[in-house]
Amino acid sequence: MPNILIVEDSPTMRQLISFTVKRIPESRVIEATDGVDAFKKLSSEKIDIILADINMPVMDGLKLVSLVRGNVHYKNIPIIMITTEGAEEDKKKALAIGANAYLTKPIMSQELLKLVNSLLSSIKSDT
Amino acid sequence: MEKNSSLAKKADEFLQIFKKGEEFTKDLIKENEKLRFRLAQLEEALQKSGNEERIRLYEDRLRMLDEELKSLLERYRKVEEENKDFASKYVEIETENNNLANLYVASYQLHSTLDFNDVLRIVLEIVINLIGAEKFAVMLMDEKTNELIPVATEGLSLDEIPKVKIGEGTIGKVAKEAESYFSETTAYASETDATNPIVCIPLKIKEHVIGVISIYSLFVQKTEFSNVDYELFNLLAGHAATAIFSSKLYTQSERKLTTIQSFLDLLKDRTGK
Repeated sequence: MPNILIVEDSPTMRQLISFTVKRIPESRVIEATDGVDAFKKLSSEKIDIILADINMPVMDGLKLVSLVRGNVHYKNIPIIMITTEGAEEDKKKALAIGANAYLTKPIMSQELLKLVNSLLSSIKSDT
Repeated sequence: MEKNSSLAKKADEFLQIFKKGEEFTKDLIKENEKLRFRLAQLEEALQKSGNEERIRLYEDRLRMLDEELKSLLERYRKVEEENKDFASKYVEIETENNNLANLYVASYQLHSTLDFNDVLRIVLEIVINLIGAEKFAVMLMDEKTNELIPVATEGLSLDEIPKVKIGEGTIGKVAKEAESYFSETTAYASETDATNPIVCIPLKIKEHVIGVISIYSLFVQKTEFSNVDYELFNLLAGHAATAIFSSKLYTQSERKLTTIQSFLDLLKDRTGK
C-alpha cells in the first residue's frame, strides 16, 4: 500500500495529481500545500514517494528536496518534481540536488503513472 | 563273355543315369540361382516400395505441418494485429481518461467556491497548470463603459494590459462576436504585445459575453495545443463565465446584505432609544 505525498500549493493541481495517482492499486494520497507542510506530513506518516511542485510559498520544492536528501530518515524516498519550469537548467538543477525525476506541466497522466510505478517498484526491489 | 557285356551295359546305363543326375543337379542349381536372384530382386523391390511409402507418408506429414504452420502464422499475425489495435485503443482510452480528469478537475474547482477572488485564482490555476500558459490576462466587461477591464494576470502586471473597447482589435472582436480566436502560431515569444494574443476565449453565459481570457505566450515546453486544450477552452468559456458571474453576484449580494443588516441594526438602535 504505497503512501504518496503530493506537495503542491494549487488545489487544482493537487486534485488532478491525486486523481491520477489514486489509480495505483491500494495507494493512499497525503496532501501538503508547501515544503514546511510536507515536512510535517513526513514526520507523521510513512511516505513512499513524494511528488512536489517547485514554485510554492513558504518553502519551495528545491529546498524541500535538499532537506529530504539531508535527512537520515527520509533520504531514500523517491522524489518527482512536477513544475511549470521547462528550461533544461532548471531540470538539471533539480536532478543535481537529488530529485529522481522531473515532469513539466501540463502533465500527462500516463507519463506520471509510469514514473510513479517505476520508482515504487525500484524501492520494492531494493528492499 | 555274356556276363561281361551285361556288366558293361549296366555300367553304361548307370553312367547315363549318373550324367542325367548330374545334368538334373546342374539344372536344379541353375534354377536355385535364378530363384535366389529373383528373391533378391523381390526383396529389393519390396524394400524400395517400403521406403517410397514412408517417404510419401513423410511428405504428407510435412505438407500437413506446413499447412499448420501457415495457419499458426496467420493466427499469430491476426493476434499481433489485434494486439496493436488493443494497444492503440488503450492509448486512446488513457488519453481520453486524462482529458476527462482534466475537465472534471477544472469544472469541479471552478464551482467549488462562491468567492470572486477564489474563482479568479482557480481560473488562473487552470490556465497555467492544465493548459500551460505562461502569460495571460482575464478581462471582464464593464457594462457601463462597454470596455474590457483586466482583473487578473499571470506573467504580466495588470498595468501592462490596456482596457479594450468592444469590437476593437482582436480582443474587442472576440468579445463582440463571442467567438474564440486562435492565432496561426503558438511559438514561444519573449516579447508580449498586449493587444495581440495568441488565443482569446470569450467568457460567455449562453451568448452573453461577460469577459475574455487572452493568452499571450505558452511555456517553453508547450509547443502546440492538444485536443484537451480546446475542450478546456470550451469549458472555460462556459463554466468560468458562470462561476465568475455567480461569485460576483454572490459577493455583491453579501455586501448589500451586510449594508442592509447594518442599516437595520442602526434603525433598531434608534427606535430602541
